[in-house]
Amino acid sequence: MSNFPLETAAHPEQLRRVVIEPVSRVEGHGKVTLLMDEDDHVQQARLHIVEFRAFEKFIQGRPYWEVPVMVQRLCGICPVSHHLAACKALDQVVGATQLTPTAEKLRRLMHYGQILQSHALHFFHLSSPDLLFGFDSDLAKRNIVGVAAEYPEIARQGVLLRKYGQEVIRHTAGKRIHGTGAVPGGVNKSLTAAERDELQKDVYQMIAWSREAVRLVKRLFEQDLENYRSFGTFEARTLSLVRADGAMDLYHGGLRAQHADGRTIFDHVDYDHYWDQISEEVKAWSYMKFPYLRVLGHEDGWYRVGPLTRVTRCDFIPTPLADRERREFMAFDEGRAAKSTLGFHWARMIEILHSAEAIKDLLHDDDLLGSDLMAGGERQARGVGVIEAPRGTLIHHYRVDENDQVARANLIVSTTHNNHAMNIAIREVAKKYLDGRKLTEGLLNHIEVAVRAFDPCLSCATHAIGKMPLEVQLVDAEGAVIDSLVRNSR
Amino acid sequence: MTDVTRRKLKVATTSLAGCFGCHMSFLDIDERLFPLLERIEFDRSPLTDIKHCGPCDIGIIEGGICNAENVHVLREFRANCKILVAMGACAVTGGLPAQRNHLDLGQCLQEVYLTEPSVGHGLIPNDPELPLPLDKVHPLHEVVKVDYFIPGCPPSGDAIWKFLTDLIEGRTPKLGHGLIHYD
Repeated sequence: MSNFPLETAAHPEQLRRVVIEPVSRVEGHGKVTLLMDEDDHVQQARLHIVEFRAFEKFIQGRPYWEVPVMVQRLCGICPVSHHLAACKALDQVVGATQLTPTAEKLRRLMHYGQILQSHALHFFHLSSPDLLFGFDSDLAKRNIVGVAAEYPEIARQGVLLRKYGQEVIRHTAGKRIHGTGAVPGGVNKSLTAAERDELQKDVYQMIAWSREAVRLVKRLFEQDLENYRSFGTFEARTLSLVRADGAMDLYHGGLRAQHADGRTIFDHVDYDHYWDQISEEVKAWSYMKFPYLRVLGHEDGWYRVGPLTRVTRCDFIPTPLADRERREFMAFDEGRAAKSTLGFHWARMIEILHSAEAIKDLLHDDDLLGSDLMAGGERQARGVGVIEAPRGTLIHHYRVDENDQVARANLIVSTTHNNHAMNIAIREVAKKYLDGRKLTEGLLNHIEVAVRAFDPCLSCATHAIGKMPLEVQLVDAEGAVIDSLVRNSR
Repeated sequence: MTDVTRRKLKVATTSLAGCFGCHMSFLDIDERLFPLLERIEFDRSPLTDIKHCGPCDIGIIEGGICNAENVHVLREFRANCKILVAMGACAVTGGLPAQRNHLDLGQCLQEVYLTEPSVGHGLIPNDPELPLPLDKVHPLHEVVKVDYFIPGCPPSGDAIWKFLTDLIEGRTPKLGHGLIHYD
């Protein structure tokens, strides 16, 4: 059993419990518990993921072609990521080892639209209030409504950046949320010239606003450098996909893992046997598992994924404006911003810029209007699909039987990879800002600021199921029992 | 219109056993969000840091009921909101998460936490901090009275806009052709 500092108090029964529930301005259901001693010292801090959904179980038995539209319902913020990761896995099942150029480019366009809208939502709608008003600012103002009142232009650009990403998704997937554009082996529709022209019209504005967003985060760092460089910061190993030449590639690549100091753990590893590299640990206090790199074991093998990892661990970004911003970010404050937890926000805005540039390039490629949409080949029994979702590396793995039904599924979602890293971040913040002090709402929000930096998608991370230690009954409005739980059913 | 009727309506929103897609669709009203904010203010919502629902005019709930915590939050909303809205497929029918209703919970547990190939050190989470999962996923109206149902997975931003503006202007909400859909 691993024991990290502040993970498990020696005598929890003697301690006072403080709970942040629900963690707000994040997606999904989480809570943080702190155990404090008599002198207000933090003895234990945990981020719990409190929901379960069992997606991996209930897709068993379904025909495989239903899977891309089912699994995207794990998440309404990044449905495209699940849609595409599932399709990439099932491409292998239908033997489509190489997609048609039209299909691959349309999927990439959909994916960059997704990264753009999800990052815009996270930064402008959810996190910017902490950064613009202060971590312990007035609760009544600390939200997008407050931002709209005080910084109307920032709020407007955020809303319109998100809108543009959603429109890219609508044109490629048919619907803004839970569309149907990708299918095993390809896509079911290409763009019309009119659709392409409509998207082309606004893309330069999006690139300009993305650059402003990067500059905004840089300004925030400059204004409060000491705080930003150290807030919730810790040394972490990293995991991400990179292209064969080391470039950032959010749609496809090999696995790269590095130590905190940049030394290679492994590089350009084919993800088809990901379980040789990654294993998962379960802890009694969270429904979300704790993945680790096998080669380092479950004590030392935890790691961090997502924008901060991708931007700092790729060799370059293959679009010019974003790569220039990457180099500036890496050099800023002697490289400290690139290692800081709040650096996530900066990296995320660099990825928005990269996505806008990549969308522009794709919109000038005539393959998007092509009619050769589907590929196929020799039917296989299994497939693994990995993609860099907005929040990090996303793994889908399916086994399909001879009746075309899913026999087995395993999903390791982006936020799950960051489970341990997020717990470390809140413990760092608890030690530095809360320890020995009377807790106020503003101090507790510091913990949430650390969680938000990771942009966790807690509902993505809840495809598992929990034990039932008590008996409870659910009664309807008239008092009739409509459901009950059985004590210790196993 | 008098000042009294122009007072900002209080709106609370939450996602229970959902995917946040309905909340995202709410934000798909795009820049219409700004005029809407002239007419409403948010109480408890994933967009604010208000952790508990106070007295509200409208409560909007995404997602069905899958655990004990969902039941508490739903009852908090019903007790505080004059009008309660079930938004989207999961709130209205249980939706995709209810696909687990034909499965045995214990067996799911075993598979997900003990025998899945990538699990190194298996154990079943059982900490008291984790809310108890219900045996089945339920739609909202099986637990409390619901005033309006908006179908769709998710309902479109346009549908949510039409519904809210009707309600705010004192009209009976009506989603015409094209705004009612079930996918």
